[in-house]
Amino acid sequence: MSIPVLSNLNLLFDQPILLVDLVANGFMIGAIFALAAFGMALVWGVMNIINIAQGEFVMLGGFVTLFLMEAGMPAVISVPLAVAVLFIVGGGFYYLVIDRVVDRDMFSSVLATFGISILLSQLSNQFFGADVRTVDPGLGTWLLADGMVSLPWVKLIAFILTLVIGVGLWLFLKSSRLGQAIRATAQNPRAARVLGINTRRVYALTYSLNAALCGAAGGLVVMAWAIHPYMGLPYTVRSFMVVIVAGLGNLPGVVLAGLGLGAAENLAGFILGAEFQIAFVFCLMILVLVWRNMMLKRKRKYLK
Amino acid sequence: MKQLGYGILIGISLVAPFVFPEFRTQLSFLWVMVIFALTWDILGGQMGYNSFGNVLFVGVGMYACAVVQRDMGLDYFSSLFIGVLVAGGLAVALALVVGNALLDLRGHYFAIGTLGLGVAAGEIAGGWDFIGAGSGMVPPLYPGPLDSRDLFFYFQLFAVAVVLFSTLRWLYGGRFGLALNAIRDDEDKAEALGIYTTRYKTAAWCLAALFLGVTGGLLGNVIGFIDPKDVAFAGSTFGVWMIIMVITGGKGTLWGPVLGAVVFHVTQELFWTFLFGWQRVALGLLIIAIAVLFPQGILGWVREHWPKDADTMGQAKSDSQR
Repeated sequence: MSIPVLSNLNLLFDQPILLVDLVANGFMIGAIFALAAFGMALVWGVMNIINIAQGEFVMLGGFVTLFLMEAGMPAVISVPLAVAVLFIVGGGFYYLVIDRVVDRDMFSSVLATFGISILLSQLSNQFFGADVRTVDPGLGTWLLADGMVSLPWVKLIAFILTLVIGVGLWLFLKSSRLGQAIRATAQNPRAARVLGINTRRVYALTYSLNAALCGAAGGLVVMAWAIHPYMGLPYTVRSFMVVIVAGLGNLPGVVLAGLGLGAAENLAGFILGAEFQIAFVFCLMILVLVWRNMMLKRKRKYLK
Repeated sequence: MKQLGYGILIGISLVAPFVFPEFRTQLSFLWVMVIFALTWDILGGQMGYNSFGNVLFVGVGMYACAVVQRDMGLDYFSSLFIGVLVAGGLAVALALVVGNALLDLRGHYFAIGTLGLGVAAGEIAGGWDFIGAGSGMVPPLYPGPLDSRDLFFYFQLFAVAVVLFSTLRWLYGGRFGLALNAIRDDEDKAEALGIYTTRYKTAAWCLAALFLGVTGGLLGNVIGFIDPKDVAFAGSTFGVWMIIMVITGGKGTLWGPVLGAVVFHVTQELFWTFLFGWQRVALGLLIIAIAVLFPQGILGWVREHWPKDADTMGQAKSDSQR
């Protein structure tokens, strides 16, 4: 097993341009991770829920975009439609499930969202089939350095879109009335309720918004990469990892951590072989958790 | 009275495979489920550490036993015996190494960290050629008729379950159980009171790993085929079932996991086949329903309604107070 790893490393040293290609493509994928991580940070910060179904929302967004585009719609319409559909789906799940566990202990909410995750992945396996699906937006590829570095345009657009959505989200939370209500609820739900904020609606909106962000990420994933019913958990774990590294309420940090993760994962996939890429993601998450906790342990604290 | 109850239960279990010979495999699986539920409850119920990755030890045990059976070149029974010992030992060693780092995490973080552990193990096993990579492994065939094979594994698993139950009954009745409960109720205070929380946590995790590893080693032979993601590190079946069974029965009690395992397994055997491809969809719905509507479990519900009767049912709490 060690020999292919070494030869892959050698290849990287011989052809540094390959490294540029891997890292650049990794950044583009990482931007999509950051998009889903925005939503996770939002739900986590406001409702103190870790949404295990995050990746399944990404997958659903991908499938909605896929079907719309296969029906002949252009991407410019399909992705916003997917966002709208996921907004409604998120609201539905909030009122059906999350509403009843939001003020219980965290194990209930982890278990409930885990259930949603299994339900959604198995339902899409039943309805859409287990095949790996993708759709070509027909935008072509941008070639640099004599074709040694190739960046699909759709990934570049995803990258820019993530930055735009990040800034938009930040402005929304900072200055709009609704954003202020969300932040107030995050700080102290009881006080917010006393001051006349309908916290139940704020929670519903937060969860819907999260699903919508995942929907956008899914729409980009299906064009830039591929989707299948069981892709959810790795995306959940990636968003979780990005949020842990960046810290709650740190949107620029989320973008940076997402980009870093994308690059690291792409490099690891190349060096270790593609079959170990998902294993790398999960191992990295455990290492990040343990490392963060060890840093806190020096101050006699732990991750809360 | 209590002795009589245990005697009757053991008697039924000894006779059951001869009375219902056509259900021997299902009965063996019943004991596997009981072991899964009881080991999950050591951490999840008694200690308050909700692990989503206990399936890691099942898979490690399964592969360890199968590798010993493949490479030692001994006859079937001695290689199975050594394989099961190695399976348990390896699982405990892994629990020691991983536990030191992971058991410092609390709440959400422990849940997701262990979830990642189980999936990562499946992914690694699926890419590792030494253990057959994605195409899995096949343990050696049992040298004898199918009937005696089923009986053989039934009694093996039954023995493991009985040993586990007695060990837990003894441990929960003493200092160990109290320490685990103290960690669940308030870890910082437990530590301030002089309990070596890290030692207790690691010991509990290793205990669960030992029994899961041994069971995994046997289970690989019962199933007869080891697939990295669907049999060994089967997070979406065994991994989830462990949690559901314990919650259904009642967390943090001695009989709750057993009850939950029996109820879940019987329900599953009766209705699952009618669902055709929809079993896992139903599983997702079941988890949501249990998390939302029935988080206290059967024994928790009994305790709410008839607090006195619940105590006589041999609950861990009442056992430990005497």
